[in-house]
Amino acid sequence: MSKTSNINRVDGFAKVTGSATYSAEYKTAGVTYACLVGSTIAKGRIKSIDTKKAEWAPGVLAVITHLNVEKPAGYEQAKQRNNLGQPLQIFKDDSVRYYDQPIALVIADTFERMQYAASLIKAEYLKEEHTTQLEKAKDKSRNPGGDRAKDYNRGTEDAYKTAEVVLEAEYTIPTEVHNPMELANIIAKWENNKPILYTKSQGVEGTRKSVGNVFGIPPEDVEVHSEYLGGAFGMGLHTWPYEIAALIGSKKIGKPVKLVLHREQMFTNVGFRPYTIQKMGLGATKDGKLTGLSHEALAMTSNYEDFTEATVNMSRFMYDCANVSTKYRIAELDTCTPIWMRGPGEATGSFALESAIDELAHKLNMDPIEFRKRNHAEKDLEQNKPWSSKYLLDCYEAGMERIGWKDRKNKPGSVREGEWLVGYGMGTGTFGSYRNPTTVKAKFLADGNLVLQCSVNDMGPGTATMMTAIGAEITGIPTENVVIEMGRSGLPKGPTQGGSATTSSVGSAVHDACNLLVSKALGLATENPTFKNIPITDLTFANGSVSSKKEASKSVSLTTLLSANKLEELAVENESKGSEEAKKYSIYSFSVHFVKVLVNPNLGKIRIAHVVSCADIGTVINHKTSAGQMYGGAVGGIGMGLMEALEIDHRFGRPINNNFADYHVPVNADIEKQEVFFVNKKDPVSNPMGTKGLGETALVGMAPAIANAVFNATGKRVRDLPITLDKILEPIVATS
Amino acid sequence: MAPKKTNIKKVIEDDTNSRRDFIKKSGLFTALAFAPPSLVMASEKKWDEKIAEYLETVPLSIEVNGTKHNLNVEPRTTLLDLLRENLQLTGTKKGCDHGQCGACTVHVNGTRILSCLTLASMQQNAQVTTIEGLSKGKKLHPMQEAFIKNDGFQCGYCTPGQIMSGIACIKEGHANSREEIREYMSGNICRCGAYHNIVDAITEVKEGGKPL
Repeated sequence: MSKTSNINRVDGFAKVTGSATYSAEYKTAGVTYACLVGSTIAKGRIKSIDTKKAEWAPGVLAVITHLNVEKPAGYEQAKQRNNLGQPLQIFKDDSVRYYDQPIALVIADTFERMQYAASLIKAEYLKEEHTTQLEKAKDKSRNPGGDRAKDYNRGTEDAYKTAEVVLEAEYTIPTEVHNPMELANIIAKWENNKPILYTKSQGVEGTRKSVGNVFGIPPEDVEVHSEYLGGAFGMGLHTWPYEIAALIGSKKIGKPVKLVLHREQMFTNVGFRPYTIQKMGLGATKDGKLTGLSHEALAMTSNYEDFTEATVNMSRFMYDCANVSTKYRIAELDTCTPIWMRGPGEATGSFALESAIDELAHKLNMDPIEFRKRNHAEKDLEQNKPWSSKYLLDCYEAGMERIGWKDRKNKPGSVREGEWLVGYGMGTGTFGSYRNPTTVKAKFLADGNLVLQCSVNDMGPGTATMMTAIGAEITGIPTENVVIEMGRSGLPKGPTQGGSATTSSVGSAVHDACNLLVSKALGLATENPTFKNIPITDLTFANGSVSSKKEASKSVSLTTLLSANKLEELAVENESKGSEEAKKYSIYSFSVHFVKVLVNPNLGKIRIAHVVSCADIGTVINHKTSAGQMYGGAVGGIGMGLMEALEIDHRFGRPINNNFADYHVPVNADIEKQEVFFVNKKDPVSNPMGTKGLGETALVGMAPAIANAVFNATGKRVRDLPITLDKILEPIVATS
Repeated sequence: MAPKKTNIKKVIEDDTNSRRDFIKKSGLFTALAFAPPSLVMASEKKWDEKIAEYLETVPLSIEVNGTKHNLNVEPRTTLLDLLRENLQLTGTKKGCDHGQCGACTVHVNGTRILSCLTLASMQQNAQVTTIEGLSKGKKLHPMQEAFIKNDGFQCGYCTPGQIMSGIACIKEGHANSREEIREYMSGNICRCGAYHNIVDAITEVKEGGKPL
């Protein structure tokens, strides 16, 4: 274990003292306060909107609607319907496309006056018939197009139907909402006709581009700050109407505008994990060899944008099966556009796949891990490539031992602890390891500090800490002397934070830039009299000094080298990207969640007594922050498995439980005992560090692990999430 | 005779609107025709706004992190918004404005409360401690140190509330077991899911026995 493999978060001091500055917290002279007023119908047209009372209310600076808006230049050029990238064009016309769609922006001099004025706005509508229920839009489903959503066939289509043992089942996941603790928020202003945003974005460069598109200006003219994000989980992957509204408002009044969504608006206006219906067909021989696997998914999108995710893709490569077919369809509903939520499609898909595998194992009267081992994929049959590395079997072993799998009985309901029925379950997760081109600037300063610059964000996984660890490891500069500058435009271009790709992309770029910087320092040293006639290969850089390998007494500090050359700093800016070698392999992270549940047969209450989360993520750069990610992923999976569902009153197309009292997420009391295990073996090709990615796979597989454990405890198979007590109570009562 | 029914909501609405409407409209129309020049000038100089501001605020004397403030606040201003927007103490977080998430937890007179559900004007002479009031320069409070060491957070947004609640949880005598801590910390949601480490941090501080 290296010195940097367990360091504390480098932004810890800022976060525990309240000095970390999130978007709406920037001290901005002359800031004004804005909010959005939402439609009260799900579909139709605005017949009239009365803003007079609001305009006359104290302190009001502007009320903007479709009637008086100065439309951004890019509205006209935009395509009618897009595959993300072009969000809803706020205030474009009188159409209402979903419930709570913003129809007015109110700006006032104080927060309280703004809130009051917003309450005075009244609208009348011409209602049209809406659809918010996926089941009712089934016949209008379509293939969204594009390579990723193509129908997939390997071997014989639907071969499962003729297998010795057949399983067919349908699984449903509800709409789930990201709900980061920090509300979506922005401070928007214009200087010299150029927009400046302090906003909740997971990708500074992406936000520059999409805001540039809307206002018809080049992305270079858009300044974005997003240094601290109070979580996002995917919500910050899109530029949302509220951001554009704040910019429109600020332009109109010529002052900075602060806009913070209400929690209720977080349920309606900034995306969610889409409601998805999945059909599984699995066939196996009697001794447990998979012979056919079919996976179909139907997911919702909005009526103005196509949203897609890799829901069925995991089924193509997870198991050794000759005949596999997958289909992915979307159907338009009158809601806001969904957006990737942690684990995204893979989390949804794994609920169906890993539940079905468990169901089939039960049919075969076989231990579900034994069944998985018999169908373990030795290579990626989808891409027909070898795995770069795969230690999934190690994860199974580690998890079985830690959870006490030996105490599990295949027959449901046969283990008890006092009045509680005990069940054990597990689910496998996976996620592709990606590496995106990233530029990092590394600088040695005369004061002995190493500065690392990149526009990438850190929404919580510990990106800054990872960059510090890698930079310190390569240069030998102590971690406390590493300074990270990130999360804003103007810095060397980093990737969007998403898809578990940040460490692989940015970590590699830090790695490469720091190596080049050390070489540059050595090169500078060869010109120094101390190292006269010593070749560069005999020089080494450690503890902030260049020394001769052969004569350790010959050593010059970097500070001295810089001043001797009249330099304030020594810098390298370098773009780093994936290797050709890596393309020959299939690179995936793997995870397995093991769960022990206790179910009270009289009350139907489910307790997650013990969770063991094991993962093969290649090299672990920092155990502390990685364990945190894994704990958090499992907690997210508990929410998905047992609690989270956005309930819609389809008569009105509006949410019923749009607050934290009614939309349940896991709280501290729900989490009893958690353990984390990492294989921590370097991947030979993924990137220079050998990492594979963690954030997404940390959640994938957790919800089915819970469903499988509940089945093992009660004999009740729940195929529609979340597993609430009403869904299991009845059969328990019947059988006890 | 039947008592006269009054639509209270309507009266309040009418009253608010009529006052505002009167001042605005008199400035624009009526005043031009009939009113003395003073009223026109009042309108031009936005005296109506200034008068309204005076009439709409109440005096408040409050101590925050040891500093006394004598302020004029709107009666509808919450303690949370007073801290964040008026006093620029943004360490206390807004997560829901409904008392459902715990991000806004502060101590008032030594007790943890939800500042989003607390009207500032009702905290006359109160002593408020926020996250900014825990550390002394670089010297952290034991709970802050324990949160860093045990990695009791990721994004950091719920963290100030968790720390204020964690300290109170021990002081209240509700930190005698991991189970008890979990129960008494369940008013503070952490969407990153750092609960395991939050309980570790609080347990460590409790067992460390340092003065809080």
